[in-house]
Amino acid sequence: MPHIALPADLPGIRGAMAFRPETARPLNALVEVLLQGPSTLTRGERELIATFVSSRNCTHYCHCIHGAIAAAHLGGDEALVKQVKTDFLDANISPKLKALLAIAGKVQQDGKLVTKTDVEAARILGATDIEIHDTVLIAAAFCMYNRYVDGLDTVQPDDEALYRERGRRVAREGYVAVSEEYLATHAAAAAGR
Amino acid sequence: MAHINLPEGLPGISAGFAFRPETAGPMRALAQVLLHDPSSLTPGERELIATYVSSRNCTTFCVLSHGAAATAHLGDSAVVKQVQTDFTRAQISPKLKALLAIAGKVQQDGKLVTRADVEAAHKEGATDLEIHDTVLIAAAFCMYNRYVDGLGTWQPENSEMYTQMGRHLATEGYTTPSIRQPVGAA
Repeated sequence: MPHIALPADLPGIRGAMAFRPETARPLNALVEVLLQGPSTLTRGERELIATFVSSRNCTHYCHCIHGAIAAAHLGGDEALVKQVKTDFLDANISPKLKALLAIAGKVQQDGKLVTKTDVEAARILGATDIEIHDTVLIAAAFCMYNRYVDGLDTVQPDDEALYRERGRRVAREGYVAVSEEYLATHAAAAAGR
Repeated sequence: MAHINLPEGLPGISAGFAFRPETAGPMRALAQVLLHDPSSLTPGERELIATYVSSRNCTTFCVLSHGAAATAHLGDSAVVKQVQTDFTRAQISPKLKALLAIAGKVQQDGKLVTRADVEAAHKEGATDLEIHDTVLIAAAFCMYNRYVDGLGTWQPENSEMYTQMGRHLATEGYTTPSIRQPVGAA
């Protein structure tokens, strides 16, 4: 049972978003720009960063759903997603992405831990300023989404098939589009609050 | 020197916002709803929650700018300082103390918030919406703080600049830049 009266039919962040559409809109807009918008990092790479940070924050719903979205972007490669969570240094990903994941892991703990050396290492492997910026902000944003999902004690199901199916849909349609549906369904209840 | 090539002379988050307007838009909109738009928590109370979380994350720019906004709303800088050092002794409502206790847990890890914490806030009169917004303000400042620190932004300690920013945030909110042109190094 969540800490407050969230809609019972929506797991994870969706229950919280439906409870408060005014904050759901910018939250969805931000994740859409960071993970789905135009970027020189692929959608799969960006979802791996989000999955890695959520996994380090131990937020079950977020690391399962973003892991599933990452896999959907990466040709269904769930083993790669799992490897990034357990030890990204051994994962079959580019050296540039490894350097960006190292920065993301530091931001997950504390932004002040990121050093010039970390940033230089990413640059040497070809990362641009905007890619470094977006990595820092994806990691920071997931420190928000994860705390939001955990802090309200939202429902975080164990069913892998549920995440796999939803992951494919979000990968295909995007965050803002899939959110319209449940925000519309719960709009009346939220307006009456 | 920031870690990446951010615009010169813009402090803290303003540099990140100017560098990447596509992400600045939703980040500003979120702060506007959480801290400035109508709510049964006063803007001063909400700025105190933002200041407290930023202080626990040791992010100078956010502590000073939101502390200044809280001061502008409340007309009292002593209470802003007291909330940072020990909010249990501050001249604030028991309800706000219960909400700050929840915010402090979210700052560490959302999973630390217990039913007893939420029950204590309910007992002091907090609504579900107020608890929701407290959790999200605390979570959002774990983002803003990491963003400001993780890019190695310039975080001056020039207090006059923050006083002006605080006044702007308190009156005009978050949708327009509180710093419009480069600030000279203090």
